[in-house]
Amino acid sequence: MEAKSKKSGATRLCCLCNLRRPVLKRPKTLQQICRECFYEVFEEEIHQVIVQNRLFKSGERVAIGASGGKDSTVLAYVLSELNRRHNYGLDLFLLSIDEGITGYRDDSLETVKRNEVQYGLPLQIVSYKDLYGWTMDDIVKMIGLKNNCTFCGVFRRQALDRGAALLKVDKLVTGHNADDIAETVLLNILRGDIARLSRCTSITTGEDGPIPRCKPFKYTYEKEIVMYAYFKKLDYFSTECIYSPNAYRGFAREFIKDLERLRPRAILDIIKSGEDFRIATTTKMPEQGTCERCGYISSQKWCKACVLLEGLNRGLPKMGIGRPRGVNGDHKKETKKPGPAVKSIESKQCGSLDF
Amino acid sequence: MACNSTGCESGCYDREKDNGSKIVEDAVVTQESVCVKCKCNEPMTFGDGGSEDGRFCAECFRNNVFGKFRLAVTSHAMITPSDNVLVAFSGGSSSRVALQFVHELQIKALKNYEASRDRSLPVFGVGVAFVDETAAFPALSTEMIDAIEWIRSTVSSLSPPAKGLHVVPIESVFGSDSLDPRDRLVKLLDSVPDDTGKEDLLLHLKMLSLQKVASENGYNRLVVGSCTSRIASHVLTATVKGRGYSLSADIQHVDARWKVPIVLPLRDCVRQEITRLCLLDGLKTVELACRSQSGINDLVSSFVALLQEENPSRECTIVRTAAKLTPFYFNKIPETDDSNVPMATQRRLKRFNLKYDGSMTTEAFCPICNGPQNRSDSSELDYFEEGQESDALYAACCSSCRFQILPQDGSSREQFGSFLPDHMISQVKHQKVNSQAYLREKIKDCLLLDDEEVV
Repeated sequence: MEAKSKKSGATRLCCLCNLRRPVLKRPKTLQQICRECFYEVFEEEIHQVIVQNRLFKSGERVAIGASGGKDSTVLAYVLSELNRRHNYGLDLFLLSIDEGITGYRDDSLETVKRNEVQYGLPLQIVSYKDLYGWTMDDIVKMIGLKNNCTFCGVFRRQALDRGAALLKVDKLVTGHNADDIAETVLLNILRGDIARLSRCTSITTGEDGPIPRCKPFKYTYEKEIVMYAYFKKLDYFSTECIYSPNAYRGFAREFIKDLERLRPRAILDIIKSGEDFRIATTTKMPEQGTCERCGYISSQKWCKACVLLEGLNRGLPKMGIGRPRGVNGDHKKETKKPGPAVKSIESKQCGSLDF
Repeated sequence: MACNSTGCESGCYDREKDNGSKIVEDAVVTQESVCVKCKCNEPMTFGDGGSEDGRFCAECFRNNVFGKFRLAVTSHAMITPSDNVLVAFSGGSSSRVALQFVHELQIKALKNYEASRDRSLPVFGVGVAFVDETAAFPALSTEMIDAIEWIRSTVSSLSPPAKGLHVVPIESVFGSDSLDPRDRLVKLLDSVPDDTGKEDLLLHLKMLSLQKVASENGYNRLVVGSCTSRIASHVLTATVKGRGYSLSADIQHVDARWKVPIVLPLRDCVRQEITRLCLLDGLKTVELACRSQSGINDLVSSFVALLQEENPSRECTIVRTAAKLTPFYFNKIPETDDSNVPMATQRRLKRFNLKYDGSMTTEAFCPICNGPQNRSDSSELDYFEEGQESDALYAACCSSCRFQILPQDGSSREQFGSFLPDHMISQVKHQKVNSQAYLREKIKDCLLLDDEEVV
């Protein structure tokens, strides 16, 4: 992993193939390589992650969480390509969530519909309106711009599971990339959430829940995903969610961008640290049960989505936000209540470019 | 624990209540001009824009900070009557407070000793050490000379009881028989390609020089004044450098990996308290220019400062999270020859399980940073060639030191290895001996399966 030193001004060649002219500097390693080698090394690394972590089994039905943003578009593209090239034997689908954000989600959904055609993958759309009777526009009108990410994140997680059930898939893949996971590790340290800290670097989660999810992009840099999409001229939607500017995650994101400039490998180092933290397995993990109201997986009497919904329907927007009260009663060992944005580490958080 | 919010009366007050604990606000919310603790004296105002200003009187404030120090010392058996304690003094505010508090403890112990009839509990000894980094920063030599003068007078003012001062040139890590230690230090540092790596290597050398002066002068404890704020930065720098496994070793109250165990009695105090205390008690400090950071360490410091602006208790939360990581067996006071230790102390140490059993040396340690290594990382120890010292160095180091400290190519690495202090190189040899291949050699005749037995 070294930057080739600049020799005399002689025409440099791609340091991987030594045939073609380099057109880019690889963000992860700073190697100067040509386009073809970049595609190859990008795709091959993801293939290795999939194989070494045994993410899939032949014959599985797999839903790709598709927002229309760069991560999920590249994920859909690369996964179908690798599925073909290496004969994974997977049945791939696109699963998209419509949170009901005018001027944002409706545009990105158009992108996903185009992806359905371009990649030939069947698309299923699940909307908050249908599932919960509320759109994010309605919710924000009611609760304002603080804590709105909490609602969205909680609802989305469940919506993805419901959509996956409709499609009858065995697994869900999301486009969480190395930057996302590094941010989450930092956030969990900053917020004191040791339980989440121990889970957030797992490449596969929810194996004991309704539907396992995995993150093939766990070691893929966001910048490289953008680069890939750019060079391959992939069709994606690139605007930040209009409701996200106050997310706390922004602090971590800024820091990681600065860090990447100083030392690109630091992103992977954060993930490595997260994997290596000595956290006792007896650390209080939530006990798994089911929600009394809707039957979804829950560690409390009611699942978080039901608690939040109840609050919305009753005109009590603070219900389920902050310290426990109301439906779930007084839990002495209530897990840390984060503010906006970090409710579900499994679903994509606001503040990222493509949600 | 860094800061238990429910009982904490210092600057750590979580406005967002996002850690779930209940803040017991005192019943009176309005601006009263009386100390919220003792309710008699007038509260101190420091006017430094920090949190919790104007709430406590000078006495309650000082008692609170000293109380945290003393609690850390007693509950972790950091300083017991038969100990000889060396205080690492940089001239900065944290180590100044640490020195002051240790001095006050010693005065109290002396008073008790003189008042007691049987004189059963001796007074622990205290020395002070300052590491002179002029060899690494030649431009600062005048500044350093002035600083040392000031330190000398400060230490001599802290008696009785008198305290020995050891001014340790950092190049002393190379031992007295090294040819040109200053030059060797410069060559060593220059061969490190990465700025952050250079800074970190200097820190490791500093610790080595402190260990050296401590053990050569009969000290059995090294007091380091790291406060919560510094530890919070360390948590983040360690995370960012891929040192998540060894992190929990660095941030406990006691670190007995070293020959002379390190204790951190100010671990539960935040920098704001320490700065305020220095102001309150007129404790002078000196800020040396070589303290400034670059690269990643600097970036993290700025990041923490930014987070603190947003929420003044963030540092405490960071350290509290990291405190939940599992410490190592050496994060306790070690078992020693008990003949000098008073019975009362022995009983307390045993009762609270405060000693560790030194025979449990199951960790491999990086020769440069002394970080315990994850078994999976050190599996590469098996595969190096005999005799290639530089490769042995590479194999023995943790992945973080390999990247940021070791030069990348073989010959520079060999040269680098020749500049390293002997103590670090001997660590490499020590690990070589413990490698799997060596062990297999010893029991080969009793193994029934082939070489390729999977462990």
